[in-house]
Amino acid sequence: MNEKSKLHVALEAGTFAITAEICPPRGTDTAGFIEKARLLKDEVVAANVTDNQRAVMRLSSLAASTLLIKEGVEPVFQITCRDRNRLAIQSDMLGAWTLGIKNVLALTGDHVSYGDHRGAKAVFDLDAVQLVSAIEGLNQGVNMQARELRGGTNFYLGAVVSPAADPFEPEWIRFEKKKSAGARFFQTQAIYDMDSFKSFFDDAEKKGVKILGGILLLKSAKMARFLNANVPGVAVPEALIQELEDSTDELEKGIEIAARQVRILRGYCHGAHIMAISQEESVPKIIGLS
Amino acid sequence: MIITKKKDITEITENLKEADAKSVFLFGCDSCAEQCKTGGKTELAEMTETLTKAGFTVTGSALPSETCYNQLIKKEYRTNEDASLADATVVLACGAGVKNIADVAASTGNGTQVTIPALDSHFLSSVDRVGRFFEGCSLCGECVLDKTAGICPHTDCPKSMLNGPCGGVDHGKCEVIRENDCAWVRIYGRLKTQGRLDLMKKITPPKDHSRTTHPRKLLLR
Repeated sequence: MNEKSKLHVALEAGTFAITAEICPPRGTDTAGFIEKARLLKDEVVAANVTDNQRAVMRLSSLAASTLLIKEGVEPVFQITCRDRNRLAIQSDMLGAWTLGIKNVLALTGDHVSYGDHRGAKAVFDLDAVQLVSAIEGLNQGVNMQARELRGGTNFYLGAVVSPAADPFEPEWIRFEKKKSAGARFFQTQAIYDMDSFKSFFDDAEKKGVKILGGILLLKSAKMARFLNANVPGVAVPEALIQELEDSTDELEKGIEIAARQVRILRGYCHGAHIMAISQEESVPKIIGLS
Repeated sequence: MIITKKKDITEITENLKEADAKSVFLFGCDSCAEQCKTGGKTELAEMTETLTKAGFTVTGSALPSETCYNQLIKKEYRTNEDASLADATVVLACGAGVKNIADVAASTGNGTQVTIPALDSHFLSSVDRVGRFFEGCSLCGECVLDKTAGICPHTDCPKSMLNGPCGGVDHGKCEVIRENDCAWVRIYGRLKTQGRLDLMKKITPPKDHSRTTHPRKLLLR
């Protein structure tokens, strides 16, 4: 049980680690999810299971993570602050550990106003920095009340950072806080401007954390424009949009662009996190071409 | 200032019908609700007209200086039979006012008078200028404004972040309420100007929500 996760081992060993995002189904029919898991199995070190992403209610990330384990895929269990208070969070973390989950990614979470249950109470009892602290506490064998646990956890603890946040300094301050609270690896928001990411990486690496560059598959020029207009911290350069528009097959071009970015990251970064929202079947191809 | 907004009139008339109320007495509030234009003289006159047209007998109205002040309501019930004898009251005040009137009604006569709220209570406001209200405080019982240059992250951030902005800050704007500047970007800006950015670099622990366990009270005597 105290064996390190594959992701932990890979990042520590300096092996370029690739993870991919996988989204639980909106219901109990897990056939499609399992199929995607099998597709990713020999391609990625770990698969990152989203927690009611965009505040849309789905099968729990905890249950979906255990389904991955059954399929022989190592999960990164995402946990957000939106839906649970500190009791539920700690309780689920202990549960996750007993079920064999070893990686966790702590996030604040999208606000309920984005999702499909807009009248729901947005909990946010903790924020992401406090969440990282709480999980680090469990790793040290104590709960948030500093009470000793009968058996703690030993999660490989990750958090997120947005390298193109505007303004950047407040985001950097929060990155440092997450680091000092116990985050060991960071998954970034989707990056497209590879030059400015490099300079972020150089600064971040000095903090002694591992960085997985976020690669979001562009399925079309339309999607790229949508991201630019609607997703904070994501800026797709005009040249890339042009490249998509000029191609005969935009998805193929998007896969090629993603592969190119992964290839660049292989040159210096610790790893890549591929987000191919509902196009998980493209992940092997992106990796193959990179 | 407590901000109130008007309920849909059909909700009020349905409630009166459900209570089988024929005679109705109205309460406004000459304090917050008057300023929100939800429970002043004008709104009482409008409500009288609307309910009369809907077939109810409005026996009168009162406009206490502060409807949340229990003693003023008791006095009204003692001195005004129209108030105490009506089948129902319709209250154009915040919830604290409605509660007061319901409590007094329950201990008046045979206690059958029904209290119907005409407003929804929304937030504690700072007043920008007449008629422009912004949530000023969420009454968390644990003020952090000393550390945040007077900008409340608990109130001004939809996620109540205590350690900096969420990943949704978009060119300095909030991603939830897009016309708003991100509370944490504003805090960052002020702290930087004040040369106190170190305050933002310290990890703020989670809030103590036991301080907001309802119902709260303050007894000075």
